[in-house]
Amino acid sequence: MTLEPRLVQVRKNVLKQNDVTARGLRERFREAGVLVVSLVSSPGSGKTAFLEKTLTLLQPRCRVAALVGDLATENDAARLARSRAPVKQIITGTICHLEAAMVQNALDGWDLNDLDFLFIENVGNLVCPSSYDLGEDLRFVLLSVTEGEDKPLKYPTIFNSADVAIITKSDLAVVVEFDEGAARRNIQAVRPGIEVFRLSAKTGEGMTEYLEFLESRRTRSRASASV
Amino acid sequence: MHELSIAMSIVDLAREEAESRGAPGVDVVHLKLGPLSGVVKEALLFSYEIACQQTLLEGSKLLIEEVPIVANCPTCGERRHVQSIQSLRCAECGTPTPEILEGRELMVTALELRQ
Repeated sequence: MTLEPRLVQVRKNVLKQNDVTARGLRERFREAGVLVVSLVSSPGSGKTAFLEKTLTLLQPRCRVAALVGDLATENDAARLARSRAPVKQIITGTICHLEAAMVQNALDGWDLNDLDFLFIENVGNLVCPSSYDLGEDLRFVLLSVTEGEDKPLKYPTIFNSADVAIITKSDLAVVVEFDEGAARRNIQAVRPGIEVFRLSAKTGEGMTEYLEFLESRRTRSRASASV
Repeated sequence: MHELSIAMSIVDLAREEAESRGAPGVDVVHLKLGPLSGVVKEALLFSYEIACQQTLLEGSKLLIEEVPIVANCPTCGERRHVQSIQSLRCAECGTPTPEILEGRELMVTALELRQ
């Protein structure tokens, strides 16, 4: 005699383990008063140049550090080290995204109390990183003017998971006939109300406005942490 | 493509649940999947078969329930469906809907255990 299968209710998030680790990280970041920003984008949209510029400009007045995810190389960490901020590479091997546990391991030996800002550069990929919370306060999605204005519509999930959108390589906008209005409309369509910055890490255009935003967010989160 | 690692997490989760209930195997895993989960259904189904190999779940079926995006519409003041994933506006009145209530699900809701 074959017994009927037994139906049991479970209701468990598949990424529960990651979510739990991310929550723990977020709590640690909050206690240390460090504002944590993660960067996601497709490969080649200028994450590393943007981050290098950010670290270099923040360095004189804030304590900054970065974790950089990459499939195979340590090139990005070497580039970012030029900013003289502490940088650690996370080599993910065949994994196409960062997970909270990788961030947790990479933080070993770092005292978060010594930091004002921590940046986490994800692997260049507009699909997989969207599913994984890293405990960050803000997720930036980068879109370079050379990529085409409809990227947000093609990858709505990652744009929707972001808190801020950054249009990079603005110095090339004219050459590639970038339609900024269309790009902004598409970004707003998949993530209504999101803050958008347009800048160039190369010329520095737009960096001041964006850095002011970053510092005001840090002041705000620090104020709420001390309440 | 991260669906293989997601599939392996599903298998682990289901295996633990089955073992804790003393079931010799699993026939069906019920999964709720939202469009904003970042997971592609077809890729997940393909990966699932591979992830099940040589586990308690070998031969089991993954039943995916795709759920729609639900947002809070500030104009209607109610829960509403949205126009599409490319246009997060209230399906009724067209107001942009920043507040997403449902649609990110990636959740094992139930298991059919072998007796």
